[in-house]
Amino acid sequence: MRGMKARAAYTGVPGWLYALAVVAALVVVLPLLAIVARVNWANFLPMVTSEPALSALGLSLRTSAASTALCIVLGVPLALVLARGRFPLQGLLRSLVLLPLVLPPVVGGIALLYTFGRQGLLGGALEVLGLQIAFSTTAVVLAQTFVALPFLVVSLEGALRTGGSRYEAVAATLGAPPRVVFRRVTLPLILPGLASGAVLAFARSLGEFGATLTFAGSLQGVTRTLPLEIYLQRETDPDAAVALSLVLVAVAVAVVALAYGRPAGGRTAGQVSGKRTTAPAPAGGNVP
Amino acid sequence: MTFSFQAAVAGRGFDVALTVGPEETLAVMGPNGAGKSTLLASIAGLLKPDSGRAELDGRTLFHLDPKQHAWVPPHHRGTVLLAQEPLLFPHLTALENVAFGPRSGGTPKHLANSRAMHWLAEVEAADLADRRPAELSGGQAQRVAVARALAADPALLLLDEPLAALDIHSAPLLRRLLKRVLAGRQAIIVTHDVLDALMLADRVAVLEGGRIVEAGPTRTVLERPRSSFAAGLAGLNFVPGTMTGTGIRAGRGREISGHLEEPGDAGGNNRPGVAVFPPSAVSVFLTDAHGSPRNSFPVSITDLEPHGDLIRVRAGGLAADITPAASADLGLVPGMTVHFVVKAAAVSVYGT
Repeated sequence: MRGMKARAAYTGVPGWLYALAVVAALVVVLPLLAIVARVNWANFLPMVTSEPALSALGLSLRTSAASTALCIVLGVPLALVLARGRFPLQGLLRSLVLLPLVLPPVVGGIALLYTFGRQGLLGGALEVLGLQIAFSTTAVVLAQTFVALPFLVVSLEGALRTGGSRYEAVAATLGAPPRVVFRRVTLPLILPGLASGAVLAFARSLGEFGATLTFAGSLQGVTRTLPLEIYLQRETDPDAAVALSLVLVAVAVAVVALAYGRPAGGRTAGQVSGKRTTAPAPAGGNVP
Repeated sequence: MTFSFQAAVAGRGFDVALTVGPEETLAVMGPNGAGKSTLLASIAGLLKPDSGRAELDGRTLFHLDPKQHAWVPPHHRGTVLLAQEPLLFPHLTALENVAFGPRSGGTPKHLANSRAMHWLAEVEAADLADRRPAELSGGQAQRVAVARALAADPALLLLDEPLAALDIHSAPLLRRLLKRVLAGRQAIIVTHDVLDALMLADRVAVLEGGRIVEAGPTRTVLERPRSSFAAGLAGLNFVPGTMTGTGIRAGRGREISGHLEEPGDAGGNNRPGVAVFPPSAVSVFLTDAHGSPRNSFPVSITDLEPHGDLIRVRAGGLAADITPAASADLGLVPGMTVHFVVKAAAVSVYGT
C-alpha cells in the first residue's frame, strides 16, 4: 500500500548525480523564488489591478483563449492527417509544422509580417478585402497561434500514433461511417491528449512576446499583452513588473498542474490500455 | 446467400479464392504469415487488394480489375470483425458498446439499447451492462465484444482468433457460446486451434504462403490431410511422395508401405500421394527390427518432449509417442540414431 514505507529498491543512480540534479533544480527554482522575494507586497494589489495591467491581462486572456480555440480547430485535423493520412512529402510537412518550436519567435514575427503585412505575400489581397491584420488584435492571435500550434499538434499526433487505428477499424466494420467514427470514437479517445495539448498551447500563447511585438506592436488595449506590459514596466516601474511577473508565474503553475497533475491510472480517464495518454511536450515562453 | 471471394495482393504473395455457403462457418487455418489477416482485412474492407472481386448475398463488395474499380467502404459491407482482443471502446459502457452498431445504422437510441440488452443477455453478460471495459475481465470483455458484433447484424461474421487471448478457464466458455451463436450463421473464423475448427466450423481451409493448399469438410481434412500443416493439426505423421503399388516412395529413398485408401491406386501410377500415420503407431528400436509387413526407418533424434503422459520422440521429420519407461529403457537422447518402426496396416496412403 502507498501508506507503507517502501523499502529502498535498487535505483542504479550514482551518488554524485544527485549533486548535479540539485544544481539543476536550483537553476529552475531559484529565479522563481527570487521573484517572490522581490515582490513589494504592500503595493501588490494596486499594481496588479492598475488600469494598464488589467487591460493587458484581459487582452492576454482573450487572445490566448482565441488562439487556443484556433489551435484546436486547425490542429486536430492537421494532427489526424499527419498521423493517419498517407501522402507525398508527409515527413517534410511534419518537420515544417514543428519549426515554430525551435524558431526564435522574433523571426516568426518577421515571417508573419511579410505574409500578412501591408507589403506581405497576402497583404495586397487582404487590402482589397479591406482587411488590415498587422498591428491589430487579430495579429496578436495569429502570432500566438503560429507559435502554439506545434505544441498541440505534437501532443495529439503522439496520442494518435501510439493509439493506432484499431478502434476506428472495428467501429467501421460495425457500420459506422467516417463522421460517426470521428465523433464517437476518435475524438473521445484523443480527449486526454487534446486537453493537455490545449493547455500547453494556451500557456505558450500567454507567454508569447517576440512574434507579437514584431508583428502586432505594443498598443495598449489592442496588442499590448501581459508579457509586453511587463517588459515596458520594467524600465519605468520595476516593482510593477515584478508583481505582474508573479501573476504569470501563478498562471504557469496552474497550467503545469493541469497538464501534468492528472492522476495516473485513474478511473476517471477511462483508459484501459493507457496507450492514448501522452506526455505533453514542454511549454516554452521564450523571449528573443 | 453465398459469399464468394477472390483476391490477390502482389506485395504479400497473396492469392486466394474461396466461397462460404449460407449458414456455413468456414475455419481458416495456417501458419503465421500465411495471409490469414490479409484475407480478413480485405473482406472487411480495411485493406484494398490489387485485384479480385467479392460478392455477399448478391451484393458486390469489391470488383477490382484493370477495367473496373468498384469498392464498398467497410461500413456498408455488413462484415463485422471480431478480433483477438475485444477492442471495446474504453469510454463507453458495455451496453453503449453493444448498441454502437445499431446506433451507427441509424436506429433510435432506446431501440438500439433494447437490442443491445437482448444480445448482452444472449452472451450471459446482462449484469455487466453498466460496466466500463476497464472493469471487465478478459473473458467478460470478449463476451461483450461478441454481443457487439452480433448486435450489428452482420451478413458475414469475421472472427480473427477470438479465443487466442483468453486464459484456459475463459476459452471453453466462450467457445461454447460461439458454437451457439454461430449456428445458422455465415462466418469465417481464423484459428490456430484444431478444437475451434472441430467445434465451430463446417469446413476448413488451410492457408499457406498466401495460397489455399487444402480445403474441405473439417472431418475429412483432419482424417485425411493433404497438407503437412493439416496433418500437424490432426497430430499425424505426414510423408509426401509418389505412389507405388504398395505405398509411397518418398525423398531420401524412403519407401513406406501402407493401406491404399483408394482402390484405383493399386497399380502404382506415380501420382503424388502421401503416407499418413499417427505417432502412437510408431515404435522405437535401437537396432533394425525388420519384420514384414513393417516399415523401418533409421532416424536421428532431434527432440524429446512431454506429450500428455507419453514422450514424443521427434526424428527425421517424424514423431513417435512412447511411454517414459520405454524412453528410459532405450536411453534416448537427442542426436542418437534409432529405428522408427510402423506396421504397414497403420499407414494410410492416398493421392493428393
